[in-house]
Amino acid sequence: MTEKEKEFLRILEKDPRTTPEKLATMTGSSPQAVEKAIKKAEGEGVIVKYKTVINWEKAGEEQVMALIEVKVTPQRDVGFDAAAERIYRFPQARSVYLVSGTYDLAVLVTGKTMQEVAAFVAEKLSPLESVQGTVTHFLLKRFKEDGDILVGKETTPRLPYTL
Amino acid sequence: METPEVQKSPLSRRLEAIPPSGIRRFFDLVRSVEGIISLGVGEPDFATPWHIREAGIYALEKGYTMYTPNTGLPQLRKAIARYLEENYGVAYNPETEVLVTVGVSQGMDLAMRAILNPGEEVIIPDPAYVAYAPCALLAGGKPVPIPTTGEEDFRLSHERVARAITPATKALLFGYPANPTGTVMPRRELMALAELVRKHQLIAVSDEIYARLVYEGEHTCFATLPGMKERTILLGGFSKAYAMTGWRLGYACAPQEIIEAMTRVHQYTMMCAPIMAQMAALEAIRNGDAAVKEMALEYNHRRRAIVKGLNAIGLPCPEPQGAFYAFPSIRATGLSSEEFTEKLLMEEKVAVVHGSTFGACGEGYIRCCYAVSLPAIEEALKRMGRFMARYGR
Repeated sequence: MTEKEKEFLRILEKDPRTTPEKLATMTGSSPQAVEKAIKKAEGEGVIVKYKTVINWEKAGEEQVMALIEVKVTPQRDVGFDAAAERIYRFPQARSVYLVSGTYDLAVLVTGKTMQEVAAFVAEKLSPLESVQGTVTHFLLKRFKEDGDILVGKETTPRLPYTL
Repeated sequence: METPEVQKSPLSRRLEAIPPSGIRRFFDLVRSVEGIISLGVGEPDFATPWHIREAGIYALEKGYTMYTPNTGLPQLRKAIARYLEENYGVAYNPETEVLVTVGVSQGMDLAMRAILNPGEEVIIPDPAYVAYAPCALLAGGKPVPIPTTGEEDFRLSHERVARAITPATKALLFGYPANPTGTVMPRRELMALAELVRKHQLIAVSDEIYARLVYEGEHTCFATLPGMKERTILLGGFSKAYAMTGWRLGYACAPQEIIEAMTRVHQYTMMCAPIMAQMAALEAIRNGDAAVKEMALEYNHRRRAIVKGLNAIGLPCPEPQGAFYAFPSIRATGLSSEEFTEKLLMEEKVAVVHGSTFGACGEGYIRCCYAVSLPAIEEALKRMGRFMARYGR
């Protein structure tokens, strides 16, 4: 991947709505080169998908999130992968990470209500054969997610005119 | 017998020689208009990167609220010297050749006061940053503007400089990348100027505050040219690259004799730069590189967008190679730069700076600072496009 191609990706990561024409202007490239690079990145799975970060709370929709520590028994040949797959297939699991430390998997779960999340943990996650135990932490407030600050944007109080 | 009354001006005669800033009236006008998009601000739109702000906060928490040595914190001077050596290959002794100042503005003032005798001439490009000529005047010197033209990308011609040199010429004062034009001088042209500086035993005062914001090619530090370290006062600072304008922190590097002279003025006027700003600057220079590169990349994107947009609406604008200013020609409108900015402000609510503020040769141009968000640039261009549809010829 060339430096120019990485530059396209950085701009798209910040704003996926940036058009190829605009990308071309911003980077001093041709729109054809931009389109070709984007297609290539999409094809190779470098660009996974285009996302919108939404603050659902502000939109008036309640959403409950919980971070669940999961201790699992690793399996021969596949290690933690099989257990992780069983978990990440559930639509309630928003993110699944293998972590070091006192537990093995960190699972971020979303639901409409606390009961819904609790039911998922009790009825789906805990009964899995490889799961030895879980600890559920409900998220009380989201301050920053995926690098985006959700609690108000910083503005610089600049004067409108200086030299 | 009555003594006749003596009429005394309450002001210094030296100050009377300095015209009031042509910008003040316009500044008041800008404040009176609601909902403007301003391309009139010469500073980054980013707040200082958090880790640098945090270092300033930590300094306060730890009680760093006292004076520092006149020349600045030793560890900061050392860090500045190391930074200049690593980035530009020019070695200064942090003990004797580096002075921490309150922004490049103070560095400039100190430089002028340290080297000028009454009536000595200082060669300055026209257009140039608004403070250059007044700083020379305030120090008792005589600014000698050298015309530069849009056709030559506002580069300072060594032939014109050579013709302007007289026995009274003491210094050459310039800044590249340039405010307001964004001009970057190619190395070979700086070499030609260096030759003149050497031949006529001048002092070069090189304002390199925008050194990190060069988009095409590389920055040439004037002091690195043959024989120039001995004859150059290098001025630099943290305001533009690290988005630290309000911290007011800069530095001057020069031969020991000059730094000593500048320090003498500094110690009796400013005493020292604020310690918490110095602590923040130390964090900036040690760990701020990634943030500088990220901001510079963002400016570069905006630069290309604004230049393309200005050209498209009939405001010819060559690609500025550094700083964060576009300096398009407005000659097609037949308006003076002051008329243009005023009409644009009142009719389309876009604030830009009229070129004549920066010198007679800036007439026929406007300065558009693109250190504003891309959506703001796009909206400003849309409004300017409407304006040009009415006034363009």
